[in-house]
Order: sequence, then C-alpha cells, then structure tokens
Amino acid sequence: MKYEAVIGMEVHVELNTLSKVFCGCSTNFHAPANTNVCPVCLGMPGVLPVISKRAVELSVAVGLALHCTISRWSKMDRKNYFYPDLAKNYQISQYDLPLCANGYLEIPIDGTTKRIGVTRAHLEEDTARNTHTIGGGDSGVDFNRCGVPLLEIVTEPDIRSADEAYAYLTNLKQILQYLDVSDCNMEEGSLRAEANISIRPVGTEAFGTKTEVKNVASFSGIYKAIEFEIARQQQVLEEGGTITQETRGWDADRGITFSQRAKESAHDYRYFPEPDLVPLVVDEAWEQQIRESLPELPQARRERFITAYQLSEFDAGVLTADKAMADFFEATVDAGAAAKPAANWVMGDLQKLLTERRVEIGDCALRAEDLASMIGLIEDGTISGKIAKDLLPEMLDTGKAPKLLVEEKGLVQISDSSELEAVAREIIEANPGPTADFRAGKEKALGFLVGQMMKATKGKANPKLANEIIRSELAKTE
Amino acid sequence: MSNTWYEKTAHEIRDAVRAGDVSAAEVTESCLDRIAAVDGQLKAFIDVWNDAARAQAAQVDAKIKNGEDPGPLAGVPIGLKDVLCTKQGTTTCCSQILKGYRSPFDATAVERLADAGAVFVGKLNMDEFAMGSSTENSSLQTTKNPWNLECVPGGSSGGSAAAVAGHECAITLGSDTGGSIRQPAACCGCVGLKPTYGRVSRFGLVAFASSLDQIGPFTKDVEDCALVLNAICGRDLRDSTSADLPVPDFTQALKGDVSGMKLGMPKEYFTDALGAEMREKIDTAIKVLEGQGAEIVEVSLPHTDYAVATYYIICTAEASANLARFDGVRYGYRAPGVTNVDELYRKTKTEGYGPEVRRRIMLGTYVLSSGYYDAYYLKAQKVRSLIQRDFNEAFERCDAIVTPTAPTPAFKIGEKSSDPLEMYLSDIYTISVNLAGLPGMSLPCGLTASGLPAGLQIIAKPFDEETLLRVAYTYEQNRGFELAMPAALRAQ
Repeated sequence: MKYEAVIGMEVHVELNTLSKVFCGCSTNFHAPANTNVCPVCLGMPGVLPVISKRAVELSVAVGLALHCTISRWSKMDRKNYFYPDLAKNYQISQYDLPLCANGYLEIPIDGTTKRIGVTRAHLEEDTARNTHTIGGGDSGVDFNRCGVPLLEIVTEPDIRSADEAYAYLTNLKQILQYLDVSDCNMEEGSLRAEANISIRPVGTEAFGTKTEVKNVASFSGIYKAIEFEIARQQQVLEEGGTITQETRGWDADRGITFSQRAKESAHDYRYFPEPDLVPLVVDEAWEQQIRESLPELPQARRERFITAYQLSEFDAGVLTADKAMADFFEATVDAGAAAKPAANWVMGDLQKLLTERRVEIGDCALRAEDLASMIGLIEDGTISGKIAKDLLPEMLDTGKAPKLLVEEKGLVQISDSSELEAVAREIIEANPGPTADFRAGKEKALGFLVGQMMKATKGKANPKLANEIIRSELAKTE
Repeated sequence: MSNTWYEKTAHEIRDAVRAGDVSAAEVTESCLDRIAAVDGQLKAFIDVWNDAARAQAAQVDAKIKNGEDPGPLAGVPIGLKDVLCTKQGTTTCCSQILKGYRSPFDATAVERLADAGAVFVGKLNMDEFAMGSSTENSSLQTTKNPWNLECVPGGSSGGSAAAVAGHECAITLGSDTGGSIRQPAACCGCVGLKPTYGRVSRFGLVAFASSLDQIGPFTKDVEDCALVLNAICGRDLRDSTSADLPVPDFTQALKGDVSGMKLGMPKEYFTDALGAEMREKIDTAIKVLEGQGAEIVEVSLPHTDYAVATYYIICTAEASANLARFDGVRYGYRAPGVTNVDELYRKTKTEGYGPEVRRRIMLGTYVLSSGYYDAYYLKAQKVRSLIQRDFNEAFERCDAIVTPTAPTPAFKIGEKSSDPLEMYLSDIYTISVNLAGLPGMSLPCGLTASGLPAGLQIIAKPFDEETLLRVAYTYEQNRGFELAMPAALRAQ
C-alpha cells in the first residue's frame, strides 16, 4: 500500500522583549541562575501579573505576517499542572481565544508555492529550567527563564513530507528574523519545534494515529526525525501493527526516534480564564499601527530583488534568506555597486569568509560602502578580481578601505602595455615547451602562460591585457 | 488619669495628633497596652509589632515636630489581616503551609496607609486563606467575639473585626471574597466596608478567589471608613484589575442626606430564613432611614437562590489554581522525608493545609475538570452574569439596597464547624455582592436580646461608595443608640 504523511508543526518562539511578559525582569536568562527574578515571576504570595504591551505587539506582528486574523478581544487563561519549573503551578497561556488565528505561510516547494495553514498563534509565558546532578541527588530550578514571553505557532495538518516541514520551518524562521521578534536560536531554545506525524493510505481522508516528536535541536534534525518516523510508522503498519499515540524523542547520534511518554489519557489542564488580567483588546487602530510598522517580508523582498535588480530567482532566494545579508547587499548597491557583481561577491566570497570565521555580517568590520568601492576598483581596472579576492579577508577583519589597502600594498593593477610586454617576453623565453605547444595549435597552453604572467606580477597584471599581450608577443617572435 | 486613646475613633486620634494634643507615641502605647490587656482573651492578634509600631509612631511625631504634614491618618493605630503581605513580621494567611513566610514587599494598600501616617500594630487572625465564616479555620488560634467570648467573631476576617470591636486599635484591614468583611463586622458590631471590585489594588493580597477578593476596612464609625478609602483606593499599575477611575474625597459624601433617595428592599432577602429578631432589627433600621426622607421600595433579585452555589463553584475553582503555588519547592512548609516530586506535593499539601482548605481545593479542581467544566464552572459564570443583571435592574428602581448582613447573630464556637453547608449559609446575604462586584457595607443596627450585635447591609452601584457612605452616615447619626464597650472587655 502507498502511504502519505500528514504533519502538523508546533513552534514555540521566545520573543525578544527586554522584559518578561508579566513582570519587569530582564529576559536575559543566561545571567547567573535566579538573578533575573522578582516576586512576580517567582510566583510568591500576593503578586499579580501585568501583561507586557510589547509582547502583545510582537505577537500581533507575527500574526499579521502569517496572514492571521487578529482577535479584537481575547483573553489569557490558566493552564494548570504541577511541575517545579512552573512557579505558580499554572502557566498563563491562551486557550480558546488565541490572539492570532486562521493564517497561512506560503512555502516554495517543487517549483511552485504551497500554502500551509496556520491554525493559531498565542501568547504565553515560558517556564523555568530544572537541572539535576548527574546520577541524581540534587535538583535545582533556575527561574531566569520563567516568564519570558513565548509565542506558540500551530499549523494545520497540511504538511506532507519532511521537505515541506523543513521549508515551513526555514520560511517561518526567516519571517521571524525579518520581524526581529526573536533570536530564533534552536540550540539556546529560543525557537523550539515539534512535529505531529501520522500516515494514511494515499487517497483516504481519515487521519492515522499521530506521534509527537519533541526535543529536536535543529531543523535538519527535524527533517531526519520526520523521515525516520514516516518510515517507522509505515513499517509498523505493514507488519500489521498499530501506531501508539505518544511523545517521541529524537536521538541524533543514532538517527532514531524513541518513545518518551505514552499519552495515557489526554492531560487535563483544567483551563479557565485568568482572573488577574483584564481581556486583551487589540482595536483596529492598534492593529493598523502594528501593520504599518511591519518591515518588508522575505517573500516580497525576494520578488522585488528579481524585478529591481534583475537577479535570478535562485540568487534572490539566497540573498533574502538572511535579512542581514539582504540588507548588506542592498546597502552595497546603494553605495554604487552594480547589482550582479554585488550579489556574486555577497553570496560567494563574503559568505564563505563569514562562514569560515563564524561571524555574522553585522558583527564584522566590513562596510557595504567599502565592498561597493572594491567592486568599483575592479570595474575601472585598478585591481583585478584576483587581487580583490585577496583583499576581501583583510577588509573584513580590519575594516580598512580597499583603496587604502591597494595603495599600502602597491597592488594597483599593471595596465601599462610596455611593462607587460617585457614580462611576456621573459615568460615566453623561460617556457619553451608551452610556447611550442601553443604555436602547434594547443590553445590550452595560453592559459598556462597567462598564469605565469600573473604569477610574475604577483597578480597585478590586468588579466585581459595580459592575455592580449602574450598572444601578440607569441605571434611576433614566431 | 489612665490613657484611653485606644477607645477613640481614627478621626479623633488624627485630629488630636495633628493638633499636638497627644503624640502618636502615646496613642500607640495606649493601644499596645490595651492589646496586652485583652488579647489574651480575644485572641484577635497573631503577632503584635510593639517595636515596629513604636518606631513608626516616632516617625510621625518627628514629622510633626519638623513641621511636615504627618498625613491624613497621622498616628492612627491599624491592624492588618494576615492575608496582606507585609515586610514586617510574617505573612502566613494563618496556614501552616506558610508558617514563617516573610514577604519581600508590602501590599499596595499597606504602603498607602503607611504613607498616610498610620501606625501598624500587628497582624490579625483569620480563617486559613480566608476560607470560612467563623475564624475557626485558623491553624493558629480561635478568636473570640468581644460581645460574648463563647461566640465566634464571624469570618474570615474575624481577627480584624474583633480587634476593632474590642478597641485594640482604631482601624483594621480585612479582605472580603464572599462576605469576609461584612459578616464579621456584623457579628462584632463594627463598621465594615467591601469596596467595588477594582477600587482597591489587590497587589499584596494573598489571593483566594481573584475575581471576588477585595480589601476593605473595619472601623468604629462611618467617617473612619471614608478616611481609609481616601488612602487606599485608586489605580495601581501592579494590579491590572484595579480601576483607572478618579478617587473622590469620600468624606464629602458624609455631608449629604438621604431625603428623596430610593432604598430597595430585595424581597428574596426578607424570607423565613431571616430570624424574627434580626428582621425586627433591620426593619427598625430601615425605618430610621425612612424617617430621614428615604423612600423604601421593594426590589427583586430573582437569582438570589443560586448565589451560594455559584459562589462556591467560582471561588473554589480560582482557589484551586491560586493555592497551587504552595508546593514546598520555593518557600513555606516542605514535608520532610520525601523521595520524589509527586510525594513532595502530596505530603506538603496534605500536612500544610487544614481540612476546609483541602475541601475547597478538591471542589475547585473537580469543577474545572474536563467533562465537568461546562456543567459547573461555565454554568456558574453564566449565573454570575444573571446575578449581575438582577442588580443592574434593581438599581434602575433604587439608589441603594438595604438588607440584613447575616441571617443570624454570631453563633457559638464549634456550633457549625462540623457542617460546612450550614457554615456556608452564613454568607447568603453577602455573597451576591461579590459575584456582582458591587460595594457593600455592614453597620451595627443594635443588639439582640442576648446582647449580640446585628448588622445592616447597604449595597450600592459599582464605584458608588459615596452613596454607600452617605446612607450609612445618615443612619449612624440618627440611629438613636450608642454601642457601649462590650461587657466582657470592660474594666480591663
């Protein structure tokens, strides 16, 4: 039998507000344990939550970017369960009236676009972090994270493959980064994704029993976990077994999912409206104000790059994947560089150097104006592309202007014909073999000779000119 | 001459202190002496702050000496229900689960009273977590009714009521979730006022039922109530449910009268459930107001019969979540000898709470459970709306509503403690006011033949405490009797 997967994603995003969602404490949970805490987030007797307007704004911004309907009137609810990482033993969350509902996210897949329905996005508070000594004995709770605003984004079961799930996550992350609402760092837990996975025979409507895969530390991990889970479920069914509804963990080392907790019966969270907070009202004016403050989103920017800069769809996609990179590219063009070489430098050498150095574009010394002026120096023949490649690392590390570096190092390209003619003659003399080969009709040998010229001039020869000159010198001395 | 400042009202003390006729220190000593003399019998206080009170009084006196304004409650001795967070001493809600707990902050209401020049003399007994109507549910001690030491003072703010009625201090603060200020005020013969929900910040009030709880004063007369409201009311950014409304000078409300005012008598409150003697006391009180020009009209609150059931669903549901945090993990009592976290919760809560608190947590957990939510909690919320609507409609026909505060005077200690349902009915006349979020007040309206106080309840529209105070003051000025010092505490 042929099966298809039915997948829904739940993503928790920590919003990057300065203060926690219900108190004034800093959201920096990397501080020493239990230093960014107060009576409110510690759930001490007599305290009351006060909702952060900023957290609501960021949530609405995400909702709007995901084409959600924003609730004019929603409320917070108490989700009751006992656990030491939950100061009040209830989490303030949203139950039946989420802030944002009925949206979608479009993902590019197989050359077309697919719409993934977003059921809801709701605001809640993060929990503390429990730590245990290895081998047991002592447990501690760090409440720094308790009360950090969290947005939970839930999709419809519209996803059909690991590829689609991956595309959904990367596109969602792009949007969140463009909105600048979260660090989206999976390793630090500021973005957490869970997949609900089931399979059913192709052509049937009814959902199969689902499993929930949790605690995966990367998008590629989720991709692999989904692939594994689909295959595992298929095997179980083909062997005549049944799928158990359960939560499964991901063992990245062994590349398998494993049963963590069977859902005996659905957890009874005894939700009820939070009486300590007044209803959450987002009126039309406020929504409009947030809508107007939204930045250009990845999809729109991608399309604009294609039309405004005549970039290929691929290049536009790569450049806009990361907002900072796209910003840098545009700044380079604004500083006078032509779009195509700017795109090539940003996507190519620059990206490679940044990856090697493990730095973000915003954290290195390179300025867009300097990249533009470097590209200008190539265009006007002052330096060769080869020289530019050598210059870029230093520009990136020191922030020095390319003109200055070129002068300091005497790297101005040799475009003086007589100087190059002399070099060409020396090269021809020193390399009788290739010279003979060329003359015997082996065009390839010319490349070697040009290379020797570049070497002799330490890369400063204007490559185009060097090519012409050695050709004419070879013709002369024949 | 013996120092009898403890017998005075807050406004008398304030005037004398501000005029320099007496020092705050002398007034404080008078109250501390009185507490030392009578609290062994009354057991209203669970903690007396002798040193802190003296230090606070000295600050007031220093201000006066320096020509600074000592505040509108300068030198007035005030006691606080143990449900209010205070940096001074402990805050335990008279529960073993919070034994020894020290709050890192003062409740907003406490802060505001301190700013007004008050002198805090200590913490007062209450039913554990404010759950009860007799103060017998305190895990610490049984408070006695000053009018008859064999009777309860009412509850849950029994300590606050007994302390004012026993003249241990001029003012106390209590909290009222279903009648916990008004019912003990009626039982002890003092004035008790529950402001409109949202009038007073709940920040620093340990939550029992968040949508019903409200802080309010116990005083010896109506004027003192107005003084306290002036100090504690108003928006607090730390409480989202506190109303962003202007706070009037409530003492101005005392100047008016009730002529032409319509006072509603809800027919559902004047049934056979109300004892004949109590009925007579209320009728007499209403006649006094009629004599002052008020027009008495009959009104109907048709959903009254459902109030107690509705209340016990909503308050227990909220309490089951509010009390979840007392788990032995971060503060308060932690059961010894546990080996895992589930056992920690179970043992800590079993050992830390008294039976009534456990009962209400179980009830509240039940009514919120999946499959029961619609039948109980959701239905109760709908009935709550109907009860609110009853009042809205009644207030179209009258300016204020007058009722008895409680069906009976104070009962004997132990009389109802074995029957929770019987105990819950002590609050039948007060509970609806909390469900509707209205301001309500209880005033003494005489003594029964057995020498126990009866209470008249006045209810007004939301945020219309001024009408409440005007009716109460008019009654108080014209009631034709003075409440003497309770006999049991005379000549101490």
